[in-house]
Amino acid sequence: MLDLSPEGYVTEDGRKIGGVLMEMKNITLRFGGVTAIKDISFDIREGEIRAIIGPNGAGKSSMLNVISGFYVPQEGEVWFKGARRAQMKPYQVARQGIARTFQNIALFEGMSVLDNIMTGRLTHMKANIFDQAVWWGRAQVEETENREKVERIIDFLEIQNIRKTPVGRLPYGLKKRVELARALAAEPMLLLLDEPMAGMNVEEKEDMSRFILDVNDEFGTTIALIEHDMGVVMDLSDRVVVMDYGKKIGDGTPDEVRANQDVIDAYLGVAHD
Amino acid sequence: MPDQLLFAMEVTLNGLMAGVMYALVALGFVLIFKASGIFNYAQGVMALFAAMTLVGIQKGQVPFAHLINAVFGTNIHYFGWELPAVLAILLTVVVMIGFAWLVNKLVLRHLVNQEPIILFMATIGLAYFLEGVADLMWGAEIKKLDVGLPQGLNAAIDEATFNLFGYGFFIDNLDIAATIIAAVLVAGLVIFSQYTKQGRALRAVADDHQAALSVGISLNFIWVLVWAIAGFVALVAGIMWGAKSGVQFSLSLIALKALPVLMLGGFTSIPGAIVGGLIIGMGEQLFEFLIGQPFLGGATQNWFAYVLALVFLVFRPQGLFGEKIIERV
Repeated sequence: MLDLSPEGYVTEDGRKIGGVLMEMKNITLRFGGVTAIKDISFDIREGEIRAIIGPNGAGKSSMLNVISGFYVPQEGEVWFKGARRAQMKPYQVARQGIARTFQNIALFEGMSVLDNIMTGRLTHMKANIFDQAVWWGRAQVEETENREKVERIIDFLEIQNIRKTPVGRLPYGLKKRVELARALAAEPMLLLLDEPMAGMNVEEKEDMSRFILDVNDEFGTTIALIEHDMGVVMDLSDRVVVMDYGKKIGDGTPDEVRANQDVIDAYLGVAHD
Repeated sequence: MPDQLLFAMEVTLNGLMAGVMYALVALGFVLIFKASGIFNYAQGVMALFAAMTLVGIQKGQVPFAHLINAVFGTNIHYFGWELPAVLAILLTVVVMIGFAWLVNKLVLRHLVNQEPIILFMATIGLAYFLEGVADLMWGAEIKKLDVGLPQGLNAAIDEATFNLFGYGFFIDNLDIAATIIAAVLVAGLVIFSQYTKQGRALRAVADDHQAALSVGISLNFIWVLVWAIAGFVALVAGIMWGAKSGVQFSLSLIALKALPVLMLGGFTSIPGAIVGGLIIGMGEQLFEFLIGQPFLGGATQNWFAYVLALVFLVFRPQGLFGEKIIERV
């Protein structure tokens, strides 16, 4: 068992994890008569890689959408940085420092890779419309600074050679990487990844795993990710929430979760009676 | 050079410049459609409203004078001042920004995620409502618009072509001014969308709403922005057409001239709107000159643009520059 003190804990591989960054308290989400999430609570610690797993239709994506503000839960509270979050639009959540990727990739297909990643910097750009009309110079300085940060991320994710390519022409695996780059460009406090490895081949999965670990290591970014590929998740994450039919059936280190009978049943498909 | 050829050249030139006007109207449609997927039926009425507001402000008319007089038994119509054209244009821009904000606040916000046909219907309602408001605000009579644009025969071109070919081309100064202003406007829009933060956000929203939200872009802000820009484009179009043929109800029908341009150029392409406008403008004038008048009894401009657009539609449904529609099976 991990010693989850409020100040933080130390992972199995010796990394120091901080206090609670985000806490979900008794979240319930319904669509009409269907309950997608049923009374779920868990927290995400600073510097942690936290996974949410579960079979298809378990409500993982819904949970991610609650965190990023795309869905508004009927019941429950979302706490971020020690304060209860008021109901927010997704763009307001993004401006608070929560960036995300999408399961089906939501990139700006008509724009170049560079332009796509630059949109990730929008929340950091201060020059307003009048600055840009009157103080062309100031806006230019800001553009240059942002450009430098974006180039660092491009180097980091090894996509230098495609930076001018329109995103629509890229293969699937690279699109996923560009989407990650755009989310990173926002320098988020919390990075949400919705099935970052879905549809990838083994080599691409290994690359993506390495990038996720490196992002966490190098930038200290807290990461919450969704996957249904158990193997990958167990290697990556510090703690895992397991969902099934909208309910939380397990929460703990990969080893704890793996030993949990409910989790084994859910994955092996034991008849519910 | 034979006379016929010279006539044809003159007609072509005039057609191209008429095409610039069509392109201006089409541009307003494309901007809103690209950013929000809404076909804004009210674009033509917006041009009418903008032109009426400009004339009203410039002449110092009291807005809603008829209503005010009826309710309070007063008899006021004018403030008794005349504003310089530049100031009046700036104030009209402010009014159009206010209009954009109101449309978004009162109508579009409540229709987010509805079917496109519902949004289209909403803009039809908006068009007729705005027309009524414009009449109520500024009166329904035909107004003369004069912001100091040059008008009439361009003597220099007339003389130069006369010396060259022995036949002077008739080119209207207003058309030349319109062409220059349209070029400046388009250049401004391109610079805005490519090199500013808001421009990048605008392109992002036009491309993918969900992704735009996830990088912190407020869709509402962008929609107000794009309606304000479309309002500005409508004002420019309103000034040009108003200066040419007076500010009156028929001004709102220029929207119908933009339809074939859109069919030709595609609904999502700014270059398409411009090239489409030029092709339609030139095509209908040349057709009238070469075939319409000699063989069909004239007045073919009313329908030829649509025939041309239909032919294009059959072979390139996505328009000249529109994105190719590929449906995966």
